[in-house]
Amino acid sequence: MGIDPILLRTSGLQTGYHSGGKRIVVSGELPGLELQPGRLVCLLGPNGSGKSTLLRTLAGLQPALNGTIDVPGIEAHKPSELARKISLVLTDRIRGNNLTVQSLIELGRYPYTGWLGVLDETDKAVVEWAIGATGIGALRDRKAHTLSDGESQKMMLARALAQDTPILMLDEPTAHLDLPSRIKLMRLLHRLAGQTRKAILLSTHELDLALQVADTVWLLEAGGRLHQGAPEDLVLNGVFEAAFAEEDIVFDKEAGVFVIHAAPGKPVLLTGGGITFFWTQRALRRADFTVVTTPSPDVLYHIRITDHPTRTSWLLEGEGVNREYHSIAELLQAMR
Amino acid sequence: MTESPIQKIRLAGLLLLLLLVFLLDLSMGTVKIPVSEIVKVFFSPRTANPTWHFIIAKIRLPKACAAVLAGCGLSVGGLQMQTLFRNPLADPAILGITSGAGLGVAAVMLTGGSMATLFAIKELGVSGSWLIITAACLSAGAVMLLVLALSRQLKDNVLMLIIGIMIGSITLALTSVWQYFSDPEQVKEYLLWTFGSLGGVTGVQLSILSGVVAAGLIVAFLSSKMLDALLLGEHYARSMGLTTRRARVIIICSTSLLAGSITAFCGPIGFVGIAVPHIARTIFNTASHRILIPACCLIGTILLLMCDIVAQLPGSQSVLPINIITSLVGSPVVIILLLRRKNLNSW
Repeated sequence: MGIDPILLRTSGLQTGYHSGGKRIVVSGELPGLELQPGRLVCLLGPNGSGKSTLLRTLAGLQPALNGTIDVPGIEAHKPSELARKISLVLTDRIRGNNLTVQSLIELGRYPYTGWLGVLDETDKAVVEWAIGATGIGALRDRKAHTLSDGESQKMMLARALAQDTPILMLDEPTAHLDLPSRIKLMRLLHRLAGQTRKAILLSTHELDLALQVADTVWLLEAGGRLHQGAPEDLVLNGVFEAAFAEEDIVFDKEAGVFVIHAAPGKPVLLTGGGITFFWTQRALRRADFTVVTTPSPDVLYHIRITDHPTRTSWLLEGEGVNREYHSIAELLQAMR
Repeated sequence: MTESPIQKIRLAGLLLLLLLVFLLDLSMGTVKIPVSEIVKVFFSPRTANPTWHFIIAKIRLPKACAAVLAGCGLSVGGLQMQTLFRNPLADPAILGITSGAGLGVAAVMLTGGSMATLFAIKELGVSGSWLIITAACLSAGAVMLLVLALSRQLKDNVLMLIIGIMIGSITLALTSVWQYFSDPEQVKEYLLWTFGSLGGVTGVQLSILSGVVAAGLIVAFLSSKMLDALLLGEHYARSMGLTTRRARVIIICSTSLLAGSITAFCGPIGFVGIAVPHIARTIFNTASHRILIPACCLIGTILLLMCDIVAQLPGSQSVLPINIITSLVGSPVVIILLLRRKNLNSW
């Protein structure tokens, strides 16, 4: 098996912009970054760490302060050349201007059409494929500005797919979406990377989703430093935790999520198992208790979970209480 | 974006309507000429009534042609500006080129050029004076060069919009300074010019205007693909391969040629540029400039010819200035259209 070709490579890249003659540096000199076919890269980082700036710089929308971005196959970074290599889904709102979903997606064929923008059979076939891949066939005659956020994001993805480029970059595609839509979109992108062999780069705040779908994570710290690697490596070597380090927020390596309320509370002994144990533990943590699983003299309460197929109960003992409850809400109420 | 059969039928229908309105415009006026006689003037001039032949050939046909040119040019200019600035209120005057033309006219009329202009005005009508046209062309051209020079510097179309408005404001202020220090007589002359007139463009002037407007329209049509890309905003346009600065220069060039020349020859004609693109979008229900540009030409022309017919005040000897009629008749039309459309927030 040969080595995958590299679709985009940076060296010594530094992002930022010029404003009124001043250089405003957003990131320090970044390590060499690479995009490869079929790989999904998630660009993570706290707000203000420069994710969008890096994405726009890589996409050629703004010049780099220093360093080079090499896209094999093109020499000068002319917009017309880049347009056949990199397609974008941005956070810019699409304003209503009478465009239908179909014609908006057809605009993706812009780099390939003649001076009047007339589509030929190939163009039409690619547009149809993009509409099918994103599953928005039913929306094609709607006006673009009447779509919901989730539909709109799929439409913009279809437009980028219609542009038929080896690299696809998305700036916070899951913002404004509800949880099922976020998961569906991430799953779709993951599948597209595999099927189309596109290199997909997306910036996101969805740490847990990114951890599940990303082949590589680029993690930008607030100071503009960038760590890269497989998501699991970044979790294990603590980089993840360090990048998002805040008071009261802790990265739970076992669950792969950030948890709040890290301050130790009153200890509670919880016995039982299964899914009920997991959710009871979460509820107790939220209520500022520390859950222990081995008996010790200083525990405040002992909670026994009894899982029946029909009915689950929690037996609460301690502090002068000895009673059975049938919902977590009742249990927490009694412990307050 | 592809044309649907319905859109082709609508274009054809508008073309037919245009022919009707054009003939009606030729027939209406202080002397009423039956349509059958107009046809005769065109196809067998020898058998036609010589007086009517003269009226049509020398007065009404040039005026109708000027209406066609102004209708096409201003509407397409407005469409380009609305797309470039992604602003439904933009019109060709937004770049300050129209007020630039006004400044030139004011300069000639108000700074002691009175003798020359008065003579010229009496001979040819207010807008028919070569002196005035030359002055208007020169100053519109100067403003256009300034706007173009600035547009090459800027990153952002929104900045361009603000700068255009500022330039317009400066030229208007300069014109006002001139007005302030001028005799009431001269100010009145200038005021007459601002009412606009389609009637004064004849002969060589008409050929020159046709040439410039045709050039502007061709550039506009060639830029229709760029305009389509700009519908998604500058970032997306660039990501699809559009060199945004170059596109901006080309589009501004086209609008400047259209608005500058029409204002110089016919005086300022408001309203058409802002309203017609909206009517075109409503009728054709599309955003594709390949359809909207021809549609704007047709609708703009029909609208301006209709306004010209109304301006004749059928059954009366007097003629109202075209600039008044366009706003008076056109604005209610647009309000009705937009209310029927119900999606006012579609921008």
